[in-house]
Amino acid sequence: MRSKVVLARLARNPQARYGLVALLLLLLLAYVGPFVGAHTWTDKDFLAFLEPPSAEHWWGTTQIGQDVYAVTLRGMQKSIVIGFLVALFSTGLAALVGAAAGYFGGWVDRALMWGADLLLVLPSFLIIAILSPNLKGGSWLWFVVLLAAFSWMITSRVVRSMTLSLREREYILAARYMGIPGWRIILRHVVPNLSSLLIIDATLNVSAAIIGEASLSFFGFGVQPPDVSLGTLIAAGSGQVTGYPWLFLFPAGLLVLLVLSVNLVGDGLRDALDPGSNQ
Amino acid sequence: MGAYMLKRLISNVLLVAIAASMAYFLAATSLNPRAKYEGRQPPVAEAVVDGVLDDYNLNDKTPVFERYVTWVSGVVTGDLGKTWEGKEVNGEMGRRIGVSLRLLLIGTIVGSGIGVAVGAYAAVRQYTISDRVIGVTSFVIMAIPVFVIATMLTIGAVGLNNALGFTLLEYTGEYTPGLSGGWEQFTSRLNHLILPTISLCLGQIAFYSRIQRNMMLDVLGQDFVRTARAKGLSRRKALFKHALRTALIPAATYFAFAFGTLLTGAIFTEKIFGWHGMGAWLVDSIQQNDTNAVAAVSLFAAVCVLVAGLLSDLAVAALDPRVRVN
Amino acid sequence: MPILEVNDLNVTFRGGIKAVRGVSYQLGQGEVLGIVGESGSGKSVTSLAVMGLLPPGAEVSGSVKLHGRELLDMPEDELIGLRGKTIGMIFQDPLSAFTPVYTIGDQIAEAVRIHQKIGKDKAAKRAVELLDLVGIPHPDVRAKAFPHEFSGGMRQRAMIAMAIANDPDVLICDEPTTALDVTIQAQVLEVLKTAQRETGAGIVMITHDLGVVAGIADRVLVMYAGKPVELGTVDEIYYRPRQPYTMGLLASIPRMDRPTARLIPIDGNPPSPAALPPGCPFAPRCPMRVSACDEAEPDLERIGPGTRMSACIRSHEIELKGLDGATIYPVPEAPAETAEPRPRAERDTVLSVENMIRHYPLMKGAVFKRRVGTVHAVDGISFDVAEGETLALVGESGCGKTTTLQQIMQLEAPQGGTVVVLGKDSATLARADRKALRRDLQIVFQDPMAALDPRMPVGDILAEPLRAHGHKDIGARIAELLSLVGLDPSHAQRYPQHFSGGQRQRIGIARALALEPRLIVLDEPVSALDVSIQAGVINLLEDLKVRLGLSYLFVAHDLSVVRHLADRIAVMYLGRIAEIGTVDEVYGRPAHPYTRALLSAIPLPDPDLERSRERILLEGDLPSPADPPSGCRFRTRCPKRALLGAEEARRCAEEEPSVVRLAPVVDHGAACHYPEEAEVVVTSRH
Repeated sequence: MRSKVVLARLARNPQARYGLVALLLLLLLAYVGPFVGAHTWTDKDFLAFLEPPSAEHWWGTTQIGQDVYAVTLRGMQKSIVIGFLVALFSTGLAALVGAAAGYFGGWVDRALMWGADLLLVLPSFLIIAILSPNLKGGSWLWFVVLLAAFSWMITSRVVRSMTLSLREREYILAARYMGIPGWRIILRHVVPNLSSLLIIDATLNVSAAIIGEASLSFFGFGVQPPDVSLGTLIAAGSGQVTGYPWLFLFPAGLLVLLVLSVNLVGDGLRDALDPGSNQ
Repeated sequence: MGAYMLKRLISNVLLVAIAASMAYFLAATSLNPRAKYEGRQPPVAEAVVDGVLDDYNLNDKTPVFERYVTWVSGVVTGDLGKTWEGKEVNGEMGRRIGVSLRLLLIGTIVGSGIGVAVGAYAAVRQYTISDRVIGVTSFVIMAIPVFVIATMLTIGAVGLNNALGFTLLEYTGEYTPGLSGGWEQFTSRLNHLILPTISLCLGQIAFYSRIQRNMMLDVLGQDFVRTARAKGLSRRKALFKHALRTALIPAATYFAFAFGTLLTGAIFTEKIFGWHGMGAWLVDSIQQNDTNAVAAVSLFAAVCVLVAGLLSDLAVAALDPRVRVN
Repeated sequence: MPILEVNDLNVTFRGGIKAVRGVSYQLGQGEVLGIVGESGSGKSVTSLAVMGLLPPGAEVSGSVKLHGRELLDMPEDELIGLRGKTIGMIFQDPLSAFTPVYTIGDQIAEAVRIHQKIGKDKAAKRAVELLDLVGIPHPDVRAKAFPHEFSGGMRQRAMIAMAIANDPDVLICDEPTTALDVTIQAQVLEVLKTAQRETGAGIVMITHDLGVVAGIADRVLVMYAGKPVELGTVDEIYYRPRQPYTMGLLASIPRMDRPTARLIPIDGNPPSPAALPPGCPFAPRCPMRVSACDEAEPDLERIGPGTRMSACIRSHEIELKGLDGATIYPVPEAPAETAEPRPRAERDTVLSVENMIRHYPLMKGAVFKRRVGTVHAVDGISFDVAEGETLALVGESGCGKTTTLQQIMQLEAPQGGTVVVLGKDSATLARADRKALRRDLQIVFQDPMAALDPRMPVGDILAEPLRAHGHKDIGARIAELLSLVGLDPSHAQRYPQHFSGGQRQRIGIARALALEPRLIVLDEPVSALDVSIQAGVINLLEDLKVRLGLSYLFVAHDLSVVRHLADRIAVMYLGRIAEIGTVDEVYGRPAHPYTRALLSAIPLPDPDLERSRERILLEGDLPSPADPPSGCRFRTRCPKRALLGAEEARRCAEEEPSVVRLAPVVDHGAACHYPEEAEVVVTSRH
């Protein structure tokens, strides 16, 4: 019932509609595109180094003869997976920490929020940059965990302050006066009633994580070779951007499109889920 | 208020201390300054390397806790230690902070000023063409990472300079070395500032304009704007006198957050435009396995974040009589 | 010639929602026109349309003439010359109606300077004069205060000052006293009358409170579903209503002067403006409905001589037969009292509160927080509730009644004193005992919107307490509960937002009943409901009490409702009990000056009574609970104190009175050194 209303509102919102269509097309490109191309991302064409886009290599080739189309789509897959996983972890963590801090108050609140403060003060970029290249083995999954660990704090503060006002709501009081334990109230009443905020936040976290991944990879601190992501490709391409622009423009353009479409969907969701706010 | 500020100061100092210590431990255990000496031709004797590293308090053979104690006892007396090549971190940091602060200050002022103005304008003209153009533009800008913006700006500058046949826009460094005369120096510095400023500010402007527009629209529907109009103010006057002023309050709470993104943006801007500031140092120090520099950068970043938070709170208190205590 | 003339005003919002349909009225010099209606009747939209302040996207048609000039097609730059000058408006919620970042004085001075060419200093001085006029103490100092530093009553006074700054000819008041306590409401209504005398303005008074209108209006317009349904002088409307909705509305109000009469609810709910029935919008709820009612919507038509108008095809018949609400609406039967209850002293005590204390730290500032004092929210109160009894805890906001209730519900040791529920001391309860005790102690909340989790279907909401306490056969119990409170059991799958306010409150009651409790705490259970709905819920509570043998602790501020529902009453003031006793005693012979003022401040829906009764107006605001006065807490506002000699008055300042039993009766006590006995409530001649 409610989800229907939300979907209808989402569909009425032109921004969200464009965003959703664009996002679906990009996902299609990332996951179906590689089967359409003539080359796989590991292929090296020794007859074509740094070739501009052509019929053979649609988006050109790299200096070691890789097909830019195949490599970029491969990198995009990784960026998308990282983006969604980080968003899932960080929003989940933010919801639990924020709701627990707000609901229980007292020392639980102080301890959790002090931890959030500390993580905010720590230069996350630097910490991830030092840690991530050294975490061999688990490779990019560790990177996901690190990105998520540093991206939940602000949302958890918002969740906490909303929980503080929810806690005084009469239906929460009613549950408490029925003798229902705190953690169950959090899971059954608090978190579901913050779902609008959390869905919106998770969506915007996807784009933040994609940018975060690309930023770190830009300096070589993120996804490590032989893996590729949009960030590593942009980093590689930006050095040769004046002579061989296709190395830069395709991954950078896809990154921007991806982030833009996710942001559009997130903004549309905000309008649809939270009609009271203009945000 | 005094007691509150003291409590806050203490907790902030504690946070900075812990953050910096964690960064130090992390850097001291993960980075390997020895590598800088080991790969040399002709090879340097291990004892010599040990001696040099000991001098700089970078020797991985010394237990990490011992190195930490040495580092801390230096830090409390105001000495941040030595870089991997033996320079004083203090001196290097002083120079770099000057470089970065110039960028950050301009970025903050230009970004928030223009952003708030653009957002307020868009809110007042809601649903007009200009509102839509501003909205779409800021959305697109927010989707472009700083390093893509910066790279595009350099491409543009190179293209423009090539087309013109002379260097109109500078895109590397802070100034052109070897220039004589104060005036030439000054204009050269200004010229070098243009592109980094744009690269830093675009995102900030987009961010603030969206925040300010949304906050204004929230406020527009509120009772006090209606009251102002019921008094006989025109819509425009009611908006500027009552809505804009009130909508600045929530925007000010976002200052700390915006400053955080500005710091990250500064890393890329400095690196790409060849400025030797703190942001560039953050990347360089890790790549050079420079433990003490990494710790110093962390210290600086932590202080920046806390100061931004404090400024944000002060701005809110200055704008909103409801949160002042007296 | 009327100063304001509204003709066939229609307002349509985006999506074709017709909020106002064909409103017409005239307002003369110095006249007060009351516009009465329940929520959603379009009364506020009408006034915003007159001001030209509707949000964009609203279509307005018809005609609004001010001094003969048409406002609806007037260009905006001419309109702004009239707004605030010729028409002033007073809004409902004075906190959100003031810009939070400017001082009150500046905002009033701004209103002056918009229309008068005077300097800043002069405007500021004028603002102080205006604040003085509306009775704000130390106006020169208070002018420099920000809106959040004013109390609700003071803000509303300032709002009035701002509205009359330019001596308007018309004042539109949109529920000006709804957010205020009764004694403050009485003050503000007095200020409004002063303002009218000063300006000679005509006033449009929009309210849902039939008592307020009875006291202030000359003529009344009743609205229903966006349409005017009856118009007449205040006496005509109150004593000879000729439209079934008006008749029902008047019959459904609980009245202090007729406490025992069973309330008459109007069945059903007002139609949604998006889905109006084809004929008369009231027909589905009307006891006099005939098939012709569904064919066409009746227009407001003149009945009889004069300006009397009614929109009902059977108005003439009503007039002829002299019908009233009590005769056309079916009076719900009261459940038969099984047996005469045993005397109070022989019954069990279900709740006993002894010297309970609850203090809070007072924090100030949102960013720079610090403790600036202690709020003495509850400062040593004692009362008990016997089985099968309803004790009402009444008082104005800030008196500590909500804190008392929370302390009882928490079932934890209070900071001072004891709370004993069903013979168990809350201070000594083990965890399991506390949970077991919760079965017997349940609560119904004030706001039916906030009391139910919007993300759970009603069935799950009712199942929650059952599951938590290990019940079996939950489905059957849910169906039973829903029918017990008069809802359809097949609606268990619906979400709370699909129910109306009254129905939601019934769900809240069903949830409280789920575990078959013995004591139910009712926290303002009907104050958020419209009167026509409220009557049904009050009746339900009365019935359930008798049928299930419940005891109620009933927290309320509406003394008319309390008179109806309660057996005993405790009046609270600033964290202390001022007076306690049976309702007959306390209402009939109030002994504490505060109780007397409170009772006299309640507006009665009876114009004659309102005109003739003497109000005891209290001075000033409630003192801060962080800094209560020494001795008797009420002494700073006590009307009696002026009559006392210096020696007697000193006792008030030095010695805090405790509740003492008044000599002649068993169950009546007051905390006053000089209690008094005389009747204040008079009964109507009608």
